[in-house]
Amino acid sequence: MNQFHTVGKRIPKLDAMDKATGRSQYIQDLKVPGMLYGKILYSKYPHAKIVHIDTSKAKKLPGVRGVLTGYDIPEIKFGVYKDNRPLKAGKVRSYRDEVAAVAAVDPETAEEAVRLIEVTYEALPGIFDPVAAMREDAPLVHEAHKTNILKMPWKLHYGDVEEAKKKAAYIVEENFSTTWVTHCCLGASGALAWFDYADNLTIYSNTQIPSLAQKDFIDALDAMGIKNRRVRVIKPLLGGGFGSKLDTYAYEYIAILLAHHTRKPVKIVFDRQEEFIATSTRQPTLTRIAQGCDKEGRLLFRDISMILDNGAYTSWGATTPSVMMMPITTLYKVPNVRYEAKCVYTNNTYAQAMRGYGNPQATFAIESSMDMLAEAAGIDRVVFREINANESGYVSPQNFKITTCGLKECIDAVVRELDMDRPKEKGEGVGMASLIHVGGGARVYKSDGCGTIIKVDDFGKVNVFTGASDMGQGADTVIAQIVAEELGLAVDDIHVIHTDTDVCPWDVGAHASRTTFVAGNSALGAAKKIKAQVLEVASRILDTPGDRLVLRDRSICSVEDDTRTMAFGKLLRKAHFSRSGRMLMAEYFYDPANENLGRDFRGNLSMTYTFGVHGVRVKVDEETGKVKILDYVAAHDVGKAINPMLLEGQVYGGVMMGIGYALTEQILSEKGQCMNPNFRDYKILTAKDVVPMKAPVLESSDPDGPFGAKGIGEPGCVPTAPAIANAIYDAVGVRIKDLPMTPERVLAAIRENQGIDLCGIQAGKDPGDACVVEE
Amino acid sequence: MERVVSFVLNGSEMQLRIQDHWTLLHLLREELGLLGTKEGCGSGECGACTVLVDGMAVNSCLYLAAEIEGKTVRTIEGLASPEGTLHPIQKAFVEQGGIQCGFCSPGMILSAKALLDENPAAGEDEIKEAIAGNICRCTGYVQIIESIRSVSSTAQEKVKVVAWQADEED
Repeated sequence: MNQFHTVGKRIPKLDAMDKATGRSQYIQDLKVPGMLYGKILYSKYPHAKIVHIDTSKAKKLPGVRGVLTGYDIPEIKFGVYKDNRPLKAGKVRSYRDEVAAVAAVDPETAEEAVRLIEVTYEALPGIFDPVAAMREDAPLVHEAHKTNILKMPWKLHYGDVEEAKKKAAYIVEENFSTTWVTHCCLGASGALAWFDYADNLTIYSNTQIPSLAQKDFIDALDAMGIKNRRVRVIKPLLGGGFGSKLDTYAYEYIAILLAHHTRKPVKIVFDRQEEFIATSTRQPTLTRIAQGCDKEGRLLFRDISMILDNGAYTSWGATTPSVMMMPITTLYKVPNVRYEAKCVYTNNTYAQAMRGYGNPQATFAIESSMDMLAEAAGIDRVVFREINANESGYVSPQNFKITTCGLKECIDAVVRELDMDRPKEKGEGVGMASLIHVGGGARVYKSDGCGTIIKVDDFGKVNVFTGASDMGQGADTVIAQIVAEELGLAVDDIHVIHTDTDVCPWDVGAHASRTTFVAGNSALGAAKKIKAQVLEVASRILDTPGDRLVLRDRSICSVEDDTRTMAFGKLLRKAHFSRSGRMLMAEYFYDPANENLGRDFRGNLSMTYTFGVHGVRVKVDEETGKVKILDYVAAHDVGKAINPMLLEGQVYGGVMMGIGYALTEQILSEKGQCMNPNFRDYKILTAKDVVPMKAPVLESSDPDGPFGAKGIGEPGCVPTAPAIANAIYDAVGVRIKDLPMTPERVLAAIRENQGIDLCGIQAGKDPGDACVVEE
Repeated sequence: MERVVSFVLNGSEMQLRIQDHWTLLHLLREELGLLGTKEGCGSGECGACTVLVDGMAVNSCLYLAAEIEGKTVRTIEGLASPEGTLHPIQKAFVEQGGIQCGFCSPGMILSAKALLDENPAAGEDEIKEAIAGNICRCTGYVQIIESIRSVSSTAQEKVKVVAWQADEED
């Protein structure tokens, strides 16, 4: 095994010290001279015509510098389906619709001005159920679209599912549902925008996609009649991401519009209620799944159809099926697969990307169904999974090429670490679920690339300009470790700049758990070029061939002769301060050799895939329905842990987010209105909810990853829900098919299983009029 | 309405004219430029605004600035020594993965300090109780609890993490 000096080490996150001492600046902390504060007025109805907007009182309020409505601005279309506008005109389609915006000298004045804007609405019938919204007579959310069903291509059929159904010895079919949950970033959304006198735009924005956002804003400027100007996107420190910042939001365009209108910098930051209501959620799903196997337990087919509540406008939620295809066609070996997903407009909120991007929703259905099928076939659940486990070299029906695969080892690890075979106490149960996720980039756009520029100064300190986005997960640190490893330096010698489109090369964004793999390979490629330059210079100065030199401990020295050595800084100064001097700089744009999905959705989406298995032991209280987690094991095959401490952080954080998804979190929506836009009523887990957790890390050393690494950002929250659902079934014999698995749901299922009705009365034992509750 | 308050802030005597309706959070961030204390929710539910008043962890977003008369306030900026040496809790958070995005960190660290100042031998359950009012979305709390435990004076076993190599001959 190679001895690395920084890769594989538990190096603290590069900016942790600044964060621990309160020095770090987030969007909330940024101020520029002359800055105005923007505030948004939201709709009063989930569906209504805008009859009239009177902004006169707001405009007259002292301290107000600008008020805009949808009628004052050019048409800027944004969103996946281009059906969204920064400020709505004509009608509103959800409670989070932005109707007007104000810029004022301080936040209090801005808020007061918003209250002074008078909007007259004519309420329209609303539609809040995606199934009902599909009917011919349902109110149309977008009239011009003629139907509430979006034109999305989500349909695939590999092999012959109908034939396979005929041959299957055992078949199970069931419905599952998941609802809205939200990212709950502690640092809420915000942007700060200003124009210079030549109409070039600078915008600080909470974004995970600086390069793509830049393009979106260029398009917006175009629509505003501002052509051929520069747009600079600067990403401040993010107070969390989790996918919430993978799309551009109305508030960013509003900040830009207000900044242009007032000729001043304008900052908009969300308060917590706005963060709950006006940011986009995880995509809810209604899933029907059928799976079948032969007598030996080999999967023959998987047949899934989904209805997705698309909400009022379209963001990434409508594209989650493209990722859901991954577990649907490739989690376990299934030769025949059929999948169809319909996205339907409603007057609810809309979804975008959230950690896992559809994978948790699909895996909940698939892995719950796997346990059901194993039971139907009379095969042990663990053995059933082993029979169908993916292996290295497998090519799935979707043409995903599995290179490294530690799925079987992860299953073993969970069985062992969870002690799955130990005798159960009453009310106790164990369950497991596997995951597959992209681990080597994901070609969802035409480019999956990331650029890196490295420059070395005269003192042996290195600047790495990366397109990658850090949001706390540690992209900066991992990149520094990779560069330090390659150049024989310490991590402290590396300064990673990851924030500014004027300075950093293009990157498609921090999504799909791609950053370590893609940005890491990009940084490694640039570092190798620097190393080649160093060796070239050193071979002359030390009079030793380049291949007999090593970079180590901030020096370059001969392998054979210890005395032929020079400190890195000294070497650089010699190279620079001489005739025809040179300084060392290099760049590398790495675009992995993965494939876009074709029209039939076949294509090797990622260079490699991350696998994992989660196992959980629960105790269910049959009186209250409360599920207590006694033990949790999350085993992942990560290729190589470049920084085990940060990797564990991703797993622990992902698992806790997944447990919340499984048991406690939900946006309670009543006719389109969020009823729990606060931390008191939206049940996010706290420190008291931490469960005993083990996170075994498998290193299969992927040939394509930097130092063998694969991605880990999302896998932690993918199989948590089905693992817990399977454990609940093992404990008390009830299968919960709807998330979250709240005590109310679990208890209702237990009661139903026992034949006890809502009043607690056993069937056949009702003493006449005792039960007055309507079923 | 205005008033003058006298208090000690991060070791320095202060005397300020404040508005009656200001929260301590507003006073710190907007008036004194101490941006380390964060606003996460504005309603005392997330703990990002935690500061220490007379050694006790309080949600500064709900604490009226007028109430600090005669009290001692410590924010995250005042935790490291004047020479720049990190407090052991800060050092532990940095070295043990207790910080990811960092937004909850100032509040979390101060809640931990309030606990350990009062109960230096705090165990895992007491730690969880003390930081129950500090929400973190990134870390899953595990490495935060580990960081605090490592500073607690009882000798603690770290939460077990198992890692191994799949194939030695790579």
